[in-house]
Amino acid sequence: MKPTVDHVLAIADDALITAQRLGEWYAAAPEMEEDVALANIALDQLGAARLLLTYAGELEGAGRDEDALAFLRDDREFRNCLLVELPDADFAVTIVKLLFLSAWQLPLYAALAEGDDERLAAIGAKARKESAYHLDHSSQWTIRLGDGTEESHRRVQAAVDELWPYAHELFAADPAAPVDPAGLRDAWLSTVEGVLAEATLRRPADGWGPAGGRTGVHTEHLSYLLAEMQVLHRAHPGATW
Amino acid sequence: MTAAPDITDRTTTGPAAAGAGPAVRAAVAAVVDPEIRVVTIADLGILRDVTTDPATGRVTVTITPTYTGCPAMDVIRADIRRALTAAGHPEAEVRTVFAPPWSTDWITAEGRAKLAAAGIAPPGPVRTAGPVAVPLAVRCPRCGAPDTEQISRFGSTACKALWRCRSCREPFDHVKAL
Repeated sequence: MKPTVDHVLAIADDALITAQRLGEWYAAAPEMEEDVALANIALDQLGAARLLLTYAGELEGAGRDEDALAFLRDDREFRNCLLVELPDADFAVTIVKLLFLSAWQLPLYAALAEGDDERLAAIGAKARKESAYHLDHSSQWTIRLGDGTEESHRRVQAAVDELWPYAHELFAADPAAPVDPAGLRDAWLSTVEGVLAEATLRRPADGWGPAGGRTGVHTEHLSYLLAEMQVLHRAHPGATW
Repeated sequence: MTAAPDITDRTTTGPAAAGAGPAVRAAVAAVVDPEIRVVTIADLGILRDVTTDPATGRVTVTITPTYTGCPAMDVIRADIRRALTAAGHPEAEVRTVFAPPWSTDWITAEGRAKLAAAGIAPPGPVRTAGPVAVPLAVRCPRCGAPDTEQISRFGSTACKALWRCRSCREPFDHVKAL
């Protein structure tokens, strides 16, 4: 059975919006090496997004390519989870968002790599290797910040507390998907709880979980992000360099 | 270790392809990586296949990216077309495949030697277990000392990390095992 367009768009948009957010750090990260690291991770996410968007366009069959899907959709047509569109007000927020996302993407891509759909299997096999680096990088930073100074601990704990509710949306059941996200929660919890413990951070209690991203109901932050990401393509259709 | 990709020319029959196979393959294999200009795409294992249709003589080149977002791929495709045009095959097709995924284990022995000669530490064997990397000893490509440290896990291109030698103090690039 072919995956649905919405499902492929969901994982494509997670990667695309993450790439755009990470790109905002370029030349503004706490240290130069981190500029390079976050830009590299953004590039990986963009690479996965391009492959997935191209596939989503083919599944849809309406002639939309990766550029049409990235640059000419409005916010209500995006299927990314809310977590990735939230503004990166603090470096700790960026790191925790990346930790939560990559701890989800890694088992997702690994499962897709073993799945029946050839295209998703190829993309998953490729992306899982890069995802392992993203998880490693965000884990190391979480531990460094959590087990660092009083100030770094306070700020990364605040990020964990603020973002934890948003992680629930990643595991919304989708039985029609090639890999039901609900089945990834155990692997995710095991990874994230291990990192938080090593970082001397408190794991928040489960409770309220905002959702809506998968059905196109987003926070206001996505509109601003899209305005910046899409303005050039919309102003100069077909522009290349 | 994963088996190295097969880059042999599969043309065996057909008058159109007679004699053209090895020359075509050599022309494509000689294309230099635009970001690490000391190695070719064949050295890196990016080049997966060169075939010639026995009926039409049309050449098809298959390549695979190192990383999904590698920005060099467009340039590599253009360089392959240029090389094939020069070799008399302007109608060639360049295909990009993603499976099986590229691995640094596919970098040839010659490619590793060229990297090291250019001051870029070649990758070790790919780790197979666990999502968290265990740092392996990386020898300084300048003085050969094993006493090195990682400065940044991400470097000047998607496939490299930045390291420094504690003996001779030189910073150097290291191709990450993937």
